[in-house]
Amino acid sequence: MTLLITVFAAVIATVAWYKHAPESQMKLGILCWLFWGASLMWLVDAIFEYAELGAEYFTPAPADMLNDAFLGLSAVALALVIWLVILLIKDPKGVIKNMLFKKKK
Amino acid sequence: MACFLVPATEAIITTIAAKVLEKKEREQDAVRVKLEGVAPVEATKLPFSKKLKWLNGLLWGGSALLAFEHVWHGEVTPWFPFLTAAADKADAAEMLHEMATAGVSMAVLVTAVWLVMLGVSALIEKRAIKQAAPVKI
Repeated sequence: MTLLITVFAAVIATVAWYKHAPESQMKLGILCWLFWGASLMWLVDAIFEYAELGAEYFTPAPADMLNDAFLGLSAVALALVIWLVILLIKDPKGVIKNMLFKKKK
Repeated sequence: MACFLVPATEAIITTIAAKVLEKKEREQDAVRVKLEGVAPVEATKLPFSKKLKWLNGLLWGGSALLAFEHVWHGEVTPWFPFLTAAADKADAAEMLHEMATAGVSMAVLVTAVWLVMLGVSALIEKRAIKQAAPVKI
């Protein structure tokens, strides 16, 4: 479930990045790297788990599924916060900079 | 248990490598390519250090979210020894085994995907240069 949620997030982030490319004012590329990197790593985790459990891997207990979904959504939330912090620090549109300085008349 | 440490270590190495390469790289020679317009334009290829940053992004991004997962499962703590498995010898051995199997596989898969991205980008570059070449009659 965690893998599935991250893959969906990665696909959505990539589509949004492609739609706005080549402009990168919103730094959507950061989200793509975060989600794709995690998806690939969780895919490896899933393969190892499948090798251990076999077909049972695809029929998780409802409680496990819920916990995994909760983890997946939390991971997405964390990635969004990381992206937002980087976006505000890099401030490509100069919004924060303009807010901090007042032009002299 | 601590599998994310392997790709995180690779990320440190590739980040340093990208920084060093960026300083050493000279400006690329311009080539004629066909971009969005009809007429070919002069352009430079993306330097290798920038492409290495794709790998950095994947490795850092994945490691960050996986580190969070390990905190979620109580395998990483903010106090010494930071990895709960490190406190016990048997758990530590299991952790090292997981790093050697799952951790290395993660680093290998991410690097393999990056290599595929390099291959595809090289093909796209070649195609753009070929399209810009004058047609021989």
